[in-house]
Amino acid sequence: MSALASREPVAQPSLSLEIRDVSHQFDLGGSRLPVLDAVTLNVDAGEFVALLGPSGCGKSTLLRLISGLDTPSSGAILADGEAIRRPDPSRILVFQDPTLFPWATVQANVATGLEARGVLRAQRGRVDEALALTDLTAFAKAYPHQLSGGMAQRAALARALVNDPKLLLLDEPLGKLDSLTRLTLQEELVKLWRRRGFTAVLVTHDVEEALLLAGRIIVFSERPGRIKAEFKVDKGYPRRRDDPEIVALRREILGTLGLKT
Amino acid sequence: MSEAIRTLDGGRATSVPAWLGHVWEGSWKQGLFAAFTWAATALVTVALPDVVPWGSAGLFAKITGGGAIVFVALALLFPLLGRSGARLAHYGPWFIAIGVWLALWELTTAKFGWLPKPFFSPPHGLLNVYVTDGPRLLICIGYTLRLWGLGFLGGISVGYVLGVALGWSKKFEYWGMPILKLIGPVPATAWIPVTFYFFPTTFIASIFIVALASGIPVAILTASGVASINKSYYDVGHVLGASDWYLIRKIAVPGSMPHVFVGLFMGLYYSFAVLVVAEMLGARFGLGWYIQFETAYSGYANVYATLLIMAVLCSGVVRLLFVGRDRLLIWQKGFIS
Repeated sequence: MSALASREPVAQPSLSLEIRDVSHQFDLGGSRLPVLDAVTLNVDAGEFVALLGPSGCGKSTLLRLISGLDTPSSGAILADGEAIRRPDPSRILVFQDPTLFPWATVQANVATGLEARGVLRAQRGRVDEALALTDLTAFAKAYPHQLSGGMAQRAALARALVNDPKLLLLDEPLGKLDSLTRLTLQEELVKLWRRRGFTAVLVTHDVEEALLLAGRIIVFSERPGRIKAEFKVDKGYPRRRDDPEIVALRREILGTLGLKT
Repeated sequence: MSEAIRTLDGGRATSVPAWLGHVWEGSWKQGLFAAFTWAATALVTVALPDVVPWGSAGLFAKITGGGAIVFVALALLFPLLGRSGARLAHYGPWFIAIGVWLALWELTTAKFGWLPKPFFSPPHGLLNVYVTDGPRLLICIGYTLRLWGLGFLGGISVGYVLGVALGWSKKFEYWGMPILKLIGPVPATAWIPVTFYFFPTTFIASIFIVALASGIPVAILTASGVASINKSYYDVGHVLGASDWYLIRKIAVPGSMPHVFVGLFMGLYYSFAVLVVAEMLGARFGLGWYIQFETAYSGYANVYATLLIMAVLCSGVVRLLFVGRDRLLIWQKGFIS
């Protein structure tokens, strides 16, 4: 289980993120739709930050920009002080849908990153470790359509973790799961993050999820997304959802989002 | 008989009939009925004289009679056959129908001569073609398979590579797609006159025609398959550090497979159609040529015999492609056996 964690120490397991005055627009055939408006945010190495906001506020777009899949219309994003220009396996994005390749077995899916970089032969053991870590060893040879929603999302996590990312970008990875699976995977995510020490940025619109997982919660406004408020969650893990401090914070955050409880 | 058994076996006279009854109960009734229809065919074939001698009547009767014996054996041993017995039973009505069909065929052609003579041949007439002209037919099969194999494999290889390029590269698509869309719908047979002029031999021209017929649907469907792959798969690939070449090999190629197989099936059917036409026009051997040649001599039995060979060959190839598809697309929902 801890094999992946105790692997030869990576120079640094995490990276710091600097988002400087980033604005972004979508090109809609002539007209331009602003989605992000002057977002400035620093994330320390090893931190777990949650981005919270109404749907369509541009938080998923921000993740795509950090991953390097898209380039911001203006502003800059730096990882460890270096500008992000293209995707890199040190920064891995996990999507809301598992997006496993349906034609490949779970094992082959998890191996994708290593194979793509030509290191699979030398590091094949890591695939098995990642499968064990996400409790999928028995399903190594299964095809994605044979998996439940929770298993598929765990496989997507394994596919990300096998690359030892310094930054894990999570785009509502638990959004489509049933509530029980969700709770289990939330716990597993925290465990993985604490064990591996990567930096994590989680996009969610579930206040409770943000409170249970993150050390800091950034609340976004409606589109075009702007940072509206920031909350620190100074609380050890595992957290309880009925903890009075958590409950109080929850009320406060919902208030910022314009909801009364 | 029962007296003898009674004396041999004391009081257990009923044991033998009971055993027989057991066999009868467990037997495959439709198999017995099929045996009956096949035996009737054999009987009709030898018992009644042919209006014109077609040859091989004796051999045909032996084959159908042998079939009847096999059906009796299978019917009686049915309880021991297990799963393969169930498969056999599924086709029971077919076996019966084939026997009936063969008997009627014999009666209407060879025996009573009801159907016009040069155009209709009895089943043993077809058999006689295989017996007397077998070697030449084998050569023709060889020639046809060679032409089809070279044309089809060449066509789908080029079509596939072209399709991947068209689906993958915007520039390729810009220049290639309009041309493909313009030329694609032209029936490959329309090219025959020009190709026979362009190519040094009719053989190479025929290969080209078959390749064209099979390649175009593969190219079009591969292109649409590659283009229709969910873009987020490529995002995943990019995030995980994949190169373009890796994305093509590991995402575009497997992801487009369901479309590619549709193109392969279309190409396969087109290739058969064009193959025979090409052979009829300029080949020296081959099944298409053979049909053409025998028609000129009113050898209709030979024509039917050849059509039967073609039916078996073509459906065999189609079956092969299905097997290939089921293996390669095992990852699709509903394909799991």
